[in-house]
Amino acid sequence: MFDVEKIRDDFPILSKTIYGNPLVYLDNAATSQKPRQVIDALVDYYENYNANVHRGVHTLSMEATDKFEDAREKVSTFINSESSDLVVWTRNASESLNLIAYSWGEANVHEGDEILLTPMEHHSNLVPWQELARRKNAVIKFIPMRGNGTLDMDKVDELITERTVLVSAVHMSNALGTINPVRELGEKAHQQGAKFLVDGAQSVPHMPTNVQELDCDFLVFSGHKMLGPTGIGVLYVKRDILNTMEPFLTGGEMVLDVSYQEASWADLPMKFEAGTPNIADSIGLGSAVDYLNSLGMENVRTHEKNLTTYALNRFKKADLDGMDLFGPDDPEIRGGVFSFNTVDVHPHDLGTFLDRKGIAVRTGHHCAMPLVRSLGVAATVRASFYLYNTEREVDILVDGVTEALRYFRDGSE
Amino acid sequence: MDQNNIDDIYRDRVILDHCRNPRNTSLLDHFDLTGDAINPFCGDEVHFQIGLRGENLIERIQFSGDGCAINMASGSLLSEAVTGLTVKEATQLSIRFVESMRKPIGENAEGEFIGELSALISVKNFPVRVKCALLAWSALEDALSKNKSTIEPDSLPM
Repeated sequence: MFDVEKIRDDFPILSKTIYGNPLVYLDNAATSQKPRQVIDALVDYYENYNANVHRGVHTLSMEATDKFEDAREKVSTFINSESSDLVVWTRNASESLNLIAYSWGEANVHEGDEILLTPMEHHSNLVPWQELARRKNAVIKFIPMRGNGTLDMDKVDELITERTVLVSAVHMSNALGTINPVRELGEKAHQQGAKFLVDGAQSVPHMPTNVQELDCDFLVFSGHKMLGPTGIGVLYVKRDILNTMEPFLTGGEMVLDVSYQEASWADLPMKFEAGTPNIADSIGLGSAVDYLNSLGMENVRTHEKNLTTYALNRFKKADLDGMDLFGPDDPEIRGGVFSFNTVDVHPHDLGTFLDRKGIAVRTGHHCAMPLVRSLGVAATVRASFYLYNTEREVDILVDGVTEALRYFRDGSE
Repeated sequence: MDQNNIDDIYRDRVILDHCRNPRNTSLLDHFDLTGDAINPFCGDEVHFQIGLRGENLIERIQFSGDGCAINMASGSLLSEAVTGLTVKEATQLSIRFVESMRKPIGENAEGEFIGELSALISVKNFPVRVKCALLAWSALEDALSKNKSTIEPDSLPM
């Protein structure tokens, strides 16, 4: 049973007031809030079994190792990975992507090879490939976008050539909310022998994820956008690829045998986890996964789809003068992300006005500068929803924007 | 109550007025100095053209820019404040203004800035927006630093 009011009680921060108004937190695409259960899991680790993992035979170290590996198992099951040794802990999705670019990319991308991306990539799934292409003299291509912020899939066949070694696509755009047809993209990539990478930073927190069904070669995502702590990210790689990859970082924890001259690598996944890992936050992410499972990811998606439908209607009804709402208007292919621009009121002024009403939104380019520029604006205002947001909060947002436009335009409240 | 809060920043409508109707926007036929500043994080921009009388007096200034209300208002207010000042006076005003904006709230003397410029001090109630108010002053600094009389001959690149 998905009871949003009951869910809200689990999130201590949601009872905060900002300038005397109840907090309306709509910056979930940047980071999500944390339920009491996740906060407690962090405290429990530090208070009761803080120790380093994978070493020492003492009780605390064994308990920490168990819980740490247990969290990996939970994440693995959450994305339906074949096995938890294909789940590598990183700091965040950016680090996961850099790991792929440096380890797999250095070995497999050569001069003249092509990497196919979408125009709606976060900088994290753009800049590492630009840098790799620069080092290797490889070529980056982009799937064109239609006016409603969806990919022009008709162009994909001609864009994936025998020189294409990687197709990398964001599952859900953080700037537009667009949910891309990643399964279809993956099929097309594989038909030409290219590898397929899914950036799940915005999708894994909001909908069921099944790497075997997606048939992706790589999946990256971040813990803090899915109720978990900051500083913990995930990389999933198919076994036959992960087995061929060289370590990205070397040193402690990732070795099997070391002499003064050379070293051999530990088994998967530790080969890719040099140094003491982020134990507490891995365990925190495991707890976040438990929480999401208790709600059911199908239910989370349904709740957000309903909220998206409601918000689309509310914005349409408000019919705000000079306001452009970006992204597709079909809630089936759109997550709860509402990016908009108003012709004469700057996003920062709007953001400041909304903040004074307790409404937290993001303003700026959302780490997707080329995309936001292609919309013909320097910045947008973005409201993004999560499982604890309500229709009432959508009302407060739409009313707040309406009021702000009036305030800045003719000075009347 | 919250409306009063928002008025802390867009105080007395000075900022909104200058944002909607920025002053000194006509391009100059002749100018001696130009200055630019861009904030790469938000895309805001400010540009000035300055026409001097003799080597030192700011006779005319033209402002153009793009960005939020505070940025636009700051550029417009600045253009009014420095018109008629010498380059040295404008530099001093700029230093004093930037220092004031960086001081903690409450440490500004009453009447530290005369006239409409004081409206910008209220932006300090929103620390994250202070850089919006300072961008125009960077552009002014850029322009004034190019004035021959302010450059030591020794420091010119050979």
